[in-house]
Amino acid sequence: MPSILVVPVQPCDNDSVSALVSPLETIFRFPASIDATKAIDPSFAFDVYRNQFNSTALISAFIQRFKGLRGKIIGVTSVDLFVPVLTYVFGEAQLDGPFAVVSAHRLDDTLYGLPANPTLLHERLVKEAVHELGHTFGLLHCLDYRCVMHSSTAVEDIDVKSENFCRSCEALLRTHALQ
Amino acid sequence: MNDKSIKQNSLLIVDDELVVRDSLSKWFKQDGYRVDTAEDASHAIKKMNDGPWNVILLDIKMPGMSGLELQKRLREIDPSISTIMITAFASVESAVQALKEGAFDYVTKPVDPDHLSHLVANALRQKKLAEENAQLHEHISEMAQGDEIVGNSPQMKKVIELAKTVAQTDTTVMIRGESGSGKELIARAIHVNSPRRYFPIIAVNCGAVPETLLESELFGHEKGAFTGAQYRRKGKFEMADGGTIFLDEIGTISQKMQVQLLRVIESKQFTRVGGNEVIHSDFRIICATNRDLEEAVKEGTFREDLYYRLNVFAVFIPPIRERRTDIPLLVQHFLKKYSAVMNKPINEVTPDTMDLLVRYDWPGNVRELENVIERAMVLAKPPAIRPDDLPFQLGVNHHVPTDDSIASVEKAHIEAILAKSGWNITRSAEILSIDRVTLYNKIAKYGLIKP
Repeated sequence: MPSILVVPVQPCDNDSVSALVSPLETIFRFPASIDATKAIDPSFAFDVYRNQFNSTALISAFIQRFKGLRGKIIGVTSVDLFVPVLTYVFGEAQLDGPFAVVSAHRLDDTLYGLPANPTLLHERLVKEAVHELGHTFGLLHCLDYRCVMHSSTAVEDIDVKSENFCRSCEALLRTHALQ
Repeated sequence: MNDKSIKQNSLLIVDDELVVRDSLSKWFKQDGYRVDTAEDASHAIKKMNDGPWNVILLDIKMPGMSGLELQKRLREIDPSISTIMITAFASVESAVQALKEGAFDYVTKPVDPDHLSHLVANALRQKKLAEENAQLHEHISEMAQGDEIVGNSPQMKKVIELAKTVAQTDTTVMIRGESGSGKELIARAIHVNSPRRYFPIIAVNCGAVPETLLESELFGHEKGAFTGAQYRRKGKFEMADGGTIFLDEIGTISQKMQVQLLRVIESKQFTRVGGNEVIHSDFRIICATNRDLEEAVKEGTFREDLYYRLNVFAVFIPPIRERRTDIPLLVQHFLKKYSAVMNKPINEVTPDTMDLLVRYDWPGNVRELENVIERAMVLAKPPAIRPDDLPFQLGVNHHVPTDDSIASVEKAHIEAILAKSGWNITRSAEILSIDRVTLYNKIAKYGLIKP
C-alpha cells in the first residue's frame, strides 16, 4: 500500500501543514505522515525578477533529496510558486511520479482584499494537496466540477469542487494504487 | 467522468526553450491533452506527420525560422490548424501580423494559467465549430443532390456518365428527351455536381410564361417599366449569378426573345426592362426541349446561331419504353418514396402488377410512372400493390378469360365485377343480376379469393 509523506517547505504555517495529514489519510485511505526534519529551504528556487519560487526547481530538489524513498511525497509551502511560462501555479506534481508541491500563498483570502478565513484556507489547501497528489497517482483533470481532480486555475474554482474524488477518479486511483 | 472518456484533444508546443516546452506540456498533459513538443521550425514541420494537432502553441522568436514564418508553413500543410502565438517580447506589430496571418490569439510570457486554459479551450471550440460547419456543408451538399437518378440500363448509365463529365465544366448543356423523362432532374444533377453548387439553380419554364412576360421574367424590370410594375424586380438571369439557369422548353421562345437570349449568352450582361443599368451576371446555361430543334431551324422558326450556342453539349434521355429494365428500379424507388411520405407499409408490387407496369408504354414517361405509383399507394392495402390498384388503362387486361369456354369467361367477368365493387357481394350480385347465394356459390366454384 502506498504511503504519503508531507514535507514542510519553509516558510510555511506548521499548524496548517500538520492539519493536512488527517484529511489526506481519510480521503486516500493510505497512511500519511509528516516529517518536519526533512523540511526544505526553497531559497535556491527563488527568482528575483518574478519575486516568486520556481516550483519545477523545487520538484527537482525533491528528486535529489528523497532518492530511494518509496511512496508519495508532497511539499507544502506559503511562498508564491510559478512555472516559467505561467504567471503562477497553486501547485505542481509529477504525473504518475512520486513528488508534488503545493502552495497556500494564493489560497489565502487576504491576498484578494478579503478578511482572513482560516477554515476556508484549510479547505482549499486540503483540496489542492489532494489534487496534486492525485496527479502523482496518474490522474488527469476531470470534467466533473465536483471532483477534486477538476482543474482549478482560479481560487474561486477551488471553492466549487469538493475535496473528494468522483467515482471514476476514485476507481482509477484504486486501480493505480494496486499496481 | 475522467477526461480520458472523451476524445483526446491534441496540442503541439513549439518553443526553443526547454523549460517552456516542459512546463507547458506538463500543464496540458494533466488536462488530458495528447501533447508533443518541437524545439524549432524543422522539428515542428516533421511533427506535423504525427498530427492532426488541434491547437499549436507557437513561440514567435526562435532561432532560424520565426514563429510567424512557421505559422505560414504549417498552414500550407494543414490549413485548418488553430495557432496561438506565445512570446516573451510583446510588440504590437508582431501581434497584428500574427493575427492577420490567421493566429487564433496572441499571449505574452508568462501567461496567466486561467487565461491560457480558457484560450486553448476557446481555440478548440472554434476549431470544432469550423469542422462541424464543414461537415454540415458537406451534408447539405449531399442533401442537395436532390432526387436520385434511378436507372441501371446502359442508356441511363451513359446519360449519368455524360452529366457527371459535363458538370465539372461551364459548358452550355442541351438536354433532349420526351416530356416527363426527367430533363430537369438531369439539369439539377449537373448543377449539384458542378463547382457552382453553392449558388442557386434557377429554373424557368419558357413555355409556361406568356411571351409578353418572359422578357421581364428573364431580365427583370425597373419600377414603372410597364403598367403594374410598381417595384423593381430582379430577373432570373440576375438571380442565377454564380449559379445555373435552367431554361426548360427553350424551343417555344419567340424570335425576338431568341435574339435577346443570344446577346445575353454571348456577353453575360443585360439591362432590366425599362432600365439603363448594365447588369453583369455569371451564370451557366442548361436548357431542355422535347421539340425537334433541327427541324425548327430548317423551318426558320429557331435561329441557327442560337441553336449552335445552346447545343454545345447534348444529353439525350431515352424514354422509358426504350429502357424497360429500369422500370422495376423506378417502381421500387417510388414505392420507397411514397411509403415514407404516406407512412404506409407497402414495399412491393405483386409479380403480375410488375408485369403490367413493365409492359405498358408510358407515353408520359417517368412522370406518369410516378403518378401511377403514387395513386396506387393511396388505394393499395399493405403489404403490396396489386393490379387492381393500378389505373384502368393499365389494369384493364387483368381479368381476362384464360380460354373461350363459358366457365372461363364467367369466372373472369365475376372476378372483374367483384374487383370493381371492392368485393361488395350485394352490389356485385345486383350488377350481375343474380342473387347473393348464387354469387357465393360461383365464388366457391371458381376458387376466387378476396384480395
